[in-house]
Amino acid sequence: MSVNLAKGQSVSLQKSSGESLAVVRMGLGWKAAPRRGLFGTRTREVDLDASAVLYADKTPADVVFFQHLVSNDGSVRHTGDNLVGGTGAGGDDESIVVDLPRVPVHITQIVFTVSSYTGQTFQQVENAHCRLVDESNGQELARYQLTGGGAHTGQIMAKVYRDGSGGWQMAAIGAPAQARTFQDMLPAIAPHL
Amino acid sequence: MTAELVHGENRPLPHTRLEIRISAGGPLAAALLLTDGTGRATGPDHVVRHGAPAMPGAPAPGPPAAAHRLPLDLAALPPGVERVCLALALPAGAGPFGAVAAPHTAVHAPDGDPAVSFTLTGLTVETAVIALEFYRRAGAWRVRAVGQGYAGGVEALLHDHGVADATALAGAITGLPGRPGEGGPAAARGGAAGEGAMAGPAAAASRPADPRRTASGGAGSGSTASASTASGSTVSGSSAAGDPRGAPADPGASPGDPRVTAPRPAPAGPSTSPSAGPPQPSPTGPPPPVAGDAPGLTLDERLYNQVWGVFEDAARSASAYRSAVDFADSRQERELEALLADPSARFGPAAESARREIRARRDDLERRACEVLERDSRQLLAEALVVEEAMPAPMARWESPAWAHWRPPRESPYAVRLGDLQLPEHPGLRIPMLLRLPLARGLWVDAGASPEYGPPAADGPADQDALRAAAGTVAVAVALRLLACHPPGGLRLHAVDPQGDAGSAVGPLARAGLLAGPPASDLASVTALLESLVNRVDLLRMALAGGAADALPPQLDPADRLLLVQDFPYGFDDRAVARLRYLAEEGPGVGVHLLLVADRAEAREHGPVLDPFWRGLTRLAPVPQAYLADPWVEHLWTYTPPVPEPGNTVLTDLLRRFG
Repeated sequence: MSVNLAKGQSVSLQKSSGESLAVVRMGLGWKAAPRRGLFGTRTREVDLDASAVLYADKTPADVVFFQHLVSNDGSVRHTGDNLVGGTGAGGDDESIVVDLPRVPVHITQIVFTVSSYTGQTFQQVENAHCRLVDESNGQELARYQLTGGGAHTGQIMAKVYRDGSGGWQMAAIGAPAQARTFQDMLPAIAPHL
Repeated sequence: MTAELVHGENRPLPHTRLEIRISAGGPLAAALLLTDGTGRATGPDHVVRHGAPAMPGAPAPGPPAAAHRLPLDLAALPPGVERVCLALALPAGAGPFGAVAAPHTAVHAPDGDPAVSFTLTGLTVETAVIALEFYRRAGAWRVRAVGQGYAGGVEALLHDHGVADATALAGAITGLPGRPGEGGPAAARGGAAGEGAMAGPAAAASRPADPRRTASGGAGSGSTASASTASGSTVSGSSAAGDPRGAPADPGASPGDPRVTAPRPAPAGPSTSPSAGPPQPSPTGPPPPVAGDAPGLTLDERLYNQVWGVFEDAARSASAYRSAVDFADSRQERELEALLADPSARFGPAAESARREIRARRDDLERRACEVLERDSRQLLAEALVVEEAMPAPMARWESPAWAHWRPPRESPYAVRLGDLQLPEHPGLRIPMLLRLPLARGLWVDAGASPEYGPPAADGPADQDALRAAAGTVAVAVALRLLACHPPGGLRLHAVDPQGDAGSAVGPLARAGLLAGPPASDLASVTALLESLVNRVDLLRMALAGGAADALPPQLDPADRLLLVQDFPYGFDDRAVARLRYLAEEGPGVGVHLLLVADRAEAREHGPVLDPFWRGLTRLAPVPQAYLADPWVEHLWTYTPPVPEPGNTVLTDLLRRFG
């Protein structure tokens, strides 16, 4: 049972059986906008980079991106940089796996972003999505689909955060940002914490 | 999807790495018979039983217990093994199978999912039974439910499988006094059997299908099986480590002895069995750890990779704890500062209660971080204990029974253990420092204080002589370990010992006759020895570079070399130092290794040219010292050198065996 999120909407993360989740995977994907005309076959890859920033309250505590693939505490793992994404038919291009019980107690939210290191804008991206999958059974828990892109190079996709009762929630953010890496995006993330 | 097999039925196995789980009403002895294609066990070591050395792919089962978990790796079995039979036997005095609840066996995949199960019904006067048989058909492994009982007991069963010494082995398996010197253990096992007999009826009445019952029932307080097993051994971990592991026949004093049962679910005691009640839902916690739960082609490689996995998780778990506590502290400081910034809120009862609240918030976060750390620690410790028990001698602690069974290997093992690593966040957890073989760098046992590597542990010896003596002991232990990693005659030991006094590591090795020649003690002999080794390295490198290994002179001894240099740089001139540096750089590639015992301060007169030389060696501290950083989060780990506990004679035994 996947929940389609709209911008700003949030959903409580639970297994259908009511058990608490252990390992979840945030899959991020994008699709290059079709080109027409002469030389239309020239490279259409879109090199976007997915990152996850771990926040303790409102302080960034750790970050997982293509140069630091595992958070120091081992709870968040990036499965690796995909240089030629965007050609698939809507699958995930990059994945970030989160071991929820291992997330340190002071980390209250994990923000997922996508940015273009090479400066490609989201105008070249037709579709971008992020979806949260329960790794224990491959079931999709929630999905957030962005439509249409602007002239920005970064996108704050979603966050996974602790609710008051010890569980986790996911919220779709969908805010644009001008950014090459996650560092440029930190000021843009702040209002969404 | 478990398939319950009937007598004679067989099934293909989806994996070659399996876990056999056995549950019964009372204690049962389990053994694995590794046989050839005709069903004959080719030697006594092919009967894998409690107290016997593990075979590749088939670790030794525990002592008789109501529940067993036997990891089995069909792909790692020794060559020639075509079938594996699971034999179960009732301990002496427990009566025949007809008088106890039918034992239940299940074959689980590595991830814990049961593949097939088989309940041994219909047995009457038999006291031993072949429960399952794993066999190879057209290259793929299958399992068959056999259920062949033996009224003549284990002896008849073993005899049927061509085991020559069936009577003595049968005694060893069931605890019958079959061999002189086993009276004590047999009596202890008899006690365990008696307890089991008491537990028998109650457990039999409520024997659920879930083979994990004993685990969850034994846990009692609602924690998971592995957590309770682990916490049971947390306390005893240090005492077990501190107590030299006994002879192989020693089954441990009681069924609850963590030394033997730590990694497996505790056998159902009389007090827990009746309360186990109806089958409980399977625990939701992590599954109990299994040795070899990591990728790799051989069991050794898997254990090596598993150690790295535990190492990384321990480092990261400590990092999570440290960062949470750091954050708690910095948040408290920030909030207290904010409180002080407002003069009106600085004093008075409101300020006092605000301060208390801030401190309480900090303490709450620390407490939760601590809980998580303890949970991780328990899990890692449980896994480390299982791995420790499965380690072959070169990768095991000196106290491991693997050393008591040590036999010269036919080929070099995967890795060698040169000490342990510990972190204060995980008390009791000792990560083996495993180095791949052949060693890629020379070893340097530090005989000095070396302040550049941080202060030694507070309880270490302070004076220079004590450090040097400790370094000598470490060097002997390391040299013996390396010798034990080579086939007989596969490693020749050379030594440089200019002073030849009591604290030297060379003395004991020379007395045991392990040196290939007299130790070089003056400049001339040192130069000659180094010259011969440099020539050897040159020759082998040339042959290697030219791809002409078969052009080497036939009289060239193929054995690897280990050069033990005591008190470097005494007895060395600049030329000799240069040769040694050459050996350190080029030797490891062609099997010429270096073991240095030296105080870096004493080599200072050679100037900074030696700095790269020191950096190129793996430094081993002579006493526990925190100086090794892990590659993930760079915590400083306390290194403990590979020296046996006081009173352990394993080194003298090895010296005698090599000599």
